[in-house]
Amino acid sequence: MNSLAADLYTLLPELILAAGAMALLILGAVRGESSTGVISWIAVALIAASAYFSFTGPDATAFHGTFVVDAFVRFIKAAILWSSAACVLMAQRFFADEKTARFEIPVLMLLATCGMSLMVSAQSFIALYMGLELQSLALYVLASIDRDNVRSTEAGLKYFVLGSLSSGMMLYGITLIYGFAGSVNFGAVAQVVHGGALSIGLLFGLVFLIAGLAFKISAVPFHMWTPDVYEGAPTPITAYFASSAKIAAFALLLRALMTAFPDALHQWRQIIVFVSALSMALGAVAAIGQTNIKRLMAYSSIGHMGYALLGLAAGTALGVRGMMFYLVFYAVTNLGLFACIQAMRRNGKPGEGIYDLAGLARTNPKLAFAFAAMMLSLSGLPPLAGILAKAYIFLAAIDAHLYVLAVFGVLTSVISAYYYLRIVKIMYFDEAAPAFDRDIGWAGAAVATVGTVFSLLFVINAGSLIAGADHAAKVFFR
Amino acid sequence: MSHLPILSIITFLPVLGAFVILLSRGEPARTANTARWVALITTIVELVLSIYIWGNFNGSTAAFQFEEKTNWLGFGIGYHMGVDGISMLFVVLTAGLMPFCILASWESIQTRVAEYMIAFLLLETLMIGVFAALDLILFYVFFEGGLIPMFLIIGVWGGGRRVYASFKFFLYTLLGSVLMLLAILWMYLYAGTTDIAVLLKSAHFPVGMQAFLWFAFLASFAVKMPMWPLHTWLPDAHVEAPTAGSVILAGILLKMGGYGFLRFSLPMFAGASHTFMPLIFALSVVAIIYTSFVALAQEDVKKLIAYSSVAHMGFVTMGIFSLTHQGIEGGIFQMLSHGVVSGALFLCVGVIYDRMHTREIAAYGGLVARMPVYAACLMVFTLANVGLPGTGGFVGEFLTMLGTFRVNTWVVIFAATGAILSAAYMLYLYWRVIFGRLVKPALQTIQDLSLREFAILSPLVIITIIMGIYPNFVFDVTRASVANLVHQSQMALAAQPPKLAALGEMAR
Repeated sequence: MNSLAADLYTLLPELILAAGAMALLILGAVRGESSTGVISWIAVALIAASAYFSFTGPDATAFHGTFVVDAFVRFIKAAILWSSAACVLMAQRFFADEKTARFEIPVLMLLATCGMSLMVSAQSFIALYMGLELQSLALYVLASIDRDNVRSTEAGLKYFVLGSLSSGMMLYGITLIYGFAGSVNFGAVAQVVHGGALSIGLLFGLVFLIAGLAFKISAVPFHMWTPDVYEGAPTPITAYFASSAKIAAFALLLRALMTAFPDALHQWRQIIVFVSALSMALGAVAAIGQTNIKRLMAYSSIGHMGYALLGLAAGTALGVRGMMFYLVFYAVTNLGLFACIQAMRRNGKPGEGIYDLAGLARTNPKLAFAFAAMMLSLSGLPPLAGILAKAYIFLAAIDAHLYVLAVFGVLTSVISAYYYLRIVKIMYFDEAAPAFDRDIGWAGAAVATVGTVFSLLFVINAGSLIAGADHAAKVFFR
Repeated sequence: MSHLPILSIITFLPVLGAFVILLSRGEPARTANTARWVALITTIVELVLSIYIWGNFNGSTAAFQFEEKTNWLGFGIGYHMGVDGISMLFVVLTAGLMPFCILASWESIQTRVAEYMIAFLLLETLMIGVFAALDLILFYVFFEGGLIPMFLIIGVWGGGRRVYASFKFFLYTLLGSVLMLLAILWMYLYAGTTDIAVLLKSAHFPVGMQAFLWFAFLASFAVKMPMWPLHTWLPDAHVEAPTAGSVILAGILLKMGGYGFLRFSLPMFAGASHTFMPLIFALSVVAIIYTSFVALAQEDVKKLIAYSSVAHMGFVTMGIFSLTHQGIEGGIFQMLSHGVVSGALFLCVGVIYDRMHTREIAAYGGLVARMPVYAACLMVFTLANVGLPGTGGFVGEFLTMLGTFRVNTWVVIFAATGAILSAAYMLYLYWRVIFGRLVKPALQTIQDLSLREFAILSPLVIITIIMGIYPNFVFDVTRASVANLVHQSQMALAAQPPKLAALGEMAR
């Protein structure tokens, strides 16, 4: 096999997604809106195929070290592809209910997924930017896909303007890095940084890079778009933002810092510690006053990004392991919760107020139980999955001597327990509101079930996932 | 020793019961009845199992028994169960109180019965797990997990201010516990394992680290116990919880704090425990005297008993941290007897609450005229709570004071004052509820104990008296383990660097 063929073979999972998306676009254009269901299914099949080739392929680098495939990539891709497939299926049902089904939706989601896959494999700043923009552009459109809805278009516009700003900042940072390091390749940059002596230009580049990526993971102080976009975007699209997009951006941040700036740990750790603490605090406090469940989830996600960043701040194999584990927990649980939120329909109309959930334990005990299990899991209560995810993060923080941050983290997690509990209280203690519609669609039911079962039973068999994350985290410490 | 994983069976059997309830279908009245019966049968099987384990328990050794070990999370965190002389009887206490709780809820709980029984069964799993777990992470999972069912029990089936009480209970306890979680993680990083048996044998944490760890564990156990001034969640939780919830709260959940001190603080942080002994003594004495006075002023029966619980737990912490054999055995005994007695007292309150639907002391009076059997039962428990010789309450209180007397006379003098106060508030309560003339019109037709209620209270009367006159059945189990604990703590203290010893002398 010559080298181009080998390179393309390494990127086969992404090629499947990209080529598939274009083929589906043609199919949709020819067959019209009635083909949305078929296209959704083919999209899921393409994601499955992409996943298959991702997991069976060997470790490799492609295009002169621009892309890489290793255990870390496979681990993160598993989470991303699962979330994407789930969101495609949830979206199909949602937009059919809303009578706004469009065949572009699954196609755009495929393109975004392709961008995410590239982000995870990126080993140079050009690849990083390419993947990120492919993902972002698709997501801007998806946020405003409900064209006739003012909130949705507002969400899309906000996301686009602020997203462009952050992309610009990041690009500026990348040019600085390129200018001062003389290469866009992570490995080459790392050699320049070797020894920890960072030139002022590189330092500025690093700061702008982190700022741009912090926007993508909605970490404080770059979080302002999150509540509005979460609230305005259609629910399955919000779920997609909250799961796949977050994981991909996080993986990117981790990869960029760990492979391009490993010796500058003490420089970027200061930023990450600061961002992490602020995110945890804001996520805990700001969600208390929310009455819209999607806004609440937005603030909750800001808080969770803070915890995951704590693992990054540690900058050790333990930290990376904890962070990966945390992202998987976060994505699976969040998807399940958004599937539940999508099920909050009354007489064919979606409800989003938390008081719509009143007395749900009487009118729909199964849905209430799923909600409660996942909410409590997010709050980090044993024996649910969240406690282990948090424990491994705090373990890494203590190991890296970030004692104050660890104590701060557990205290904010107690504060945030309040609003998770309040949802449980509304569902279980309050008088019943009228029941939701019974038929929630099998895809939503399946995703919610997976999230619930994961929350409940994960603790029994967590060892294998931890071992997997541990193996993948070692990629950065050879 | 049997090869059956008997501790896992006793821990997870209630989950099976909960599943059976979950799967039962049919009209509401029938499923409610099924739920009651399934819960009762499960808890009785649990009791039988726990007695079987007790019967096969070898009291002459301090080693862990009925051990089970399998892989769990890897990297030094495993699934490890086992009991020794300290935890054995708490398992029996938990399993022993549960059938009473189910029976006490038989008629008083009429809404969402299946969910109620499921919550109780899950709670039983988590409580037994706390006492049987021999891995720190596993312990933490059980310890914290109990919050969720208890939160629901208070919040769904509680009284008027149930929401406030349930949140307060939950957040208070959580706040204490998360600090313990950090300490556990730190210990894990230091020792490379979370296996309690290994840590007990070989972990010697540095002095500075011990102090931090000790305080982190204190944060959790002091809230749970509860020690003054972290006790304020308890009266609220007790008042709003349904009867059976109060029984569990007073009978078992409070004991987890004391158990934690015995299992972790004393043996693993021996130096810190010794250094901060005066702090615990001070807090215990304040708890004993202050909460006794507060109890004296209560108008609500449940609140009064709740405050008396805080005072009694003061004796427990005092005894445990005397670091003497008598003090520790007294602390364990006091926890066990208080578990039975306070549980029984709450059941007694439940009896009159079911009839009158008020907990105001002023609403009662002269009950002896219409409820003589009830008055007799309540008298036994009242006197046991006072600590009258011949009841279970006496032995524990006496031993904790005896143990502490060998260390610090002044503390015991104050504590003994509290013992007198406990007589004051309990007898005053008894007098106001039972004696006097039966003049209140609502009480004219009140009925004495039904057969079910008599069946609940009479075994507890018998146990209370047996504990008073033949306490050795407890000490036969605990003796070897407590002796080993005291020995270990002394050895660790002797091996401490002189700096800490000097610090300890100064603190005196």
